[in-house]
Amino acid sequence: MDSLYLLLPLSVLLVLALIGLFAWALHGGQFEDLEREGWRVLEGNEAVVAPPPLAEPDANSQHLDVAQIEQFRP
Amino acid sequence: MNEKQPALMAPVYNDRVVTQFALAAVLWGVVGMLVGVIIAAQLAWPDLTFGIPWLSYGRLRPLHTNAVIFAFGGCALFATSYHVVQRTCQVRIFSDVLAEITFWGWQLVIVAAAVSLPLGYTTSKEYAELEWPIDILITLVWVTYAVVFFGTIGIRRVRHIYVANWFFGAFIIAVALLHVVNSAELPVSFMKSYSAYAGVQDAMVQWWYGHNAVGFFLTAGFLGMMYYFIPKQAGRPVYSYRLSIVHFWALIFTYMWAGPHHLHYTALPDWVQSVGMVFSLVLLAPSWGGMINGIMTLSGAWHKLRDDPILKFLIVSLSFYGMSTFEGPMMSIKTVNALSHYTDWTIGHVHSGALGWVGFISMGSLYYLIPRMFGRTQMHSVRAIELHFWIATIGVVLYIAAMWIAGVMQGLMWRAINPDGTLVYSFVESVKATYPFYLVRLLGGLLYLSGMLLMAWNVVMTVRGPGTAPAVRRAAAAA
Repeated sequence: MDSLYLLLPLSVLLVLALIGLFAWALHGGQFEDLEREGWRVLEGNEAVVAPPPLAEPDANSQHLDVAQIEQFRP
Repeated sequence: MNEKQPALMAPVYNDRVVTQFALAAVLWGVVGMLVGVIIAAQLAWPDLTFGIPWLSYGRLRPLHTNAVIFAFGGCALFATSYHVVQRTCQVRIFSDVLAEITFWGWQLVIVAAAVSLPLGYTTSKEYAELEWPIDILITLVWVTYAVVFFGTIGIRRVRHIYVANWFFGAFIIAVALLHVVNSAELPVSFMKSYSAYAGVQDAMVQWWYGHNAVGFFLTAGFLGMMYYFIPKQAGRPVYSYRLSIVHFWALIFTYMWAGPHHLHYTALPDWVQSVGMVFSLVLLAPSWGGMINGIMTLSGAWHKLRDDPILKFLIVSLSFYGMSTFEGPMMSIKTVNALSHYTDWTIGHVHSGALGWVGFISMGSLYYLIPRMFGRTQMHSVRAIELHFWIATIGVVLYIAAMWIAGVMQGLMWRAINPDGTLVYSFVESVKATYPFYLVRLLGGLLYLSGMLLMAWNVVMTVRGPGTAPAVRRAAAAA
């Protein structure tokens, strides 16, 4: 099976490259605040805008508190 | 999308190339599905095209597969990936000129395929039939695509790379690798070449390519669509963003070695067949993880499914994805494969994935995308989308049910043995028994094509309809 001598090393190289890419993503901070990233695509994204800050718990305001926000999150 | 500020669209994002690819996808969808209906009819009535060689089944069948996979599916992937990468990276595409080159280059590939395949030029490698000059053109277009896509990722203004882009990126890299390795060939003249591999080596490379094309072209790329357009259309984030990351890495780490299941009980060494089967079974886990993640995005908002036909397309596509990614691993089990292989069950399996998953997710995404590209809030007729959904769903169900029954029947007839060891049925008896199922399949295909024609009409009406986009109004005023 000569073709396996091509395909197997190719797969091993690919997996090594993927491990490298995963390490880059992990240490490069890609996975730091995952739930936040899920929400970001829903924000108006025509203009380039800074993402609005996450809601802070505030006892004196009418804003949703953290527990209420959490129930909207998966 | 922010419909309140259409004026901001032009300077920020390149919507031109997205629009071009989106409209091309609809056109090629109609063409590819029409050819599919013709060859389905040829199976029921072999003399349908009067023995004209250019219209014979053997030449039109690769035209059908190339048209629906690479022309319809390919254009839909180009359109959505260019749209998604710009929106999620919040930056204009890396190079407008290179993006334009990918559009016209890809159209040239499609036209070259549409001319050369009926003329009989073929490498005879399934899903890689195009001859060497076209292979080189594909490579050039694909490298340009990679430069545009990864260039855009490189200049992104958001540090995090959204999960859809990871899927699109994996699709672009894997397809480049697969195409180059499988299309290694020795040209002997213009439009004639021989594969660099021979015999079972060639078969192994071919199905390493073939199944990974399913995995990366028809799965990873369309999962990129799924992870962007379902949240956008539902107005809710992905059910679990964490799971989507796990889905991505699990899928790409385990996909590469499912190919040998296409070569069960052949000259391929037994252990390679078993490796292929095991990897195919492993794939069930990430596939279903992703499917559940997509469907559960609607958790708590199921009512939206009742009124929104675009969401119906997107969510039902995932149920077909779940069905075919369950069926696939089951069919890769050698004992099941002994019954299913070479029968129409395989055709049914492929089409539950192709019509149900790839077709529906593309149609849903295009229905989302096209009106927005023309500054509208929705398609010309939402009721027509609803009608399209039901026609197409009935079409798919008829198609796959007919092929399941036909396939199992063929498998059982081929293996039926008399007590004296002779075969109970001759091959032609199984063909005769399949005839009614070919007619049901043709009906299913006709319904699916009718839905696509309805979509094309809806798209034309949306494009021509009263505009709200300043650019469109300006163009109309100038004309």
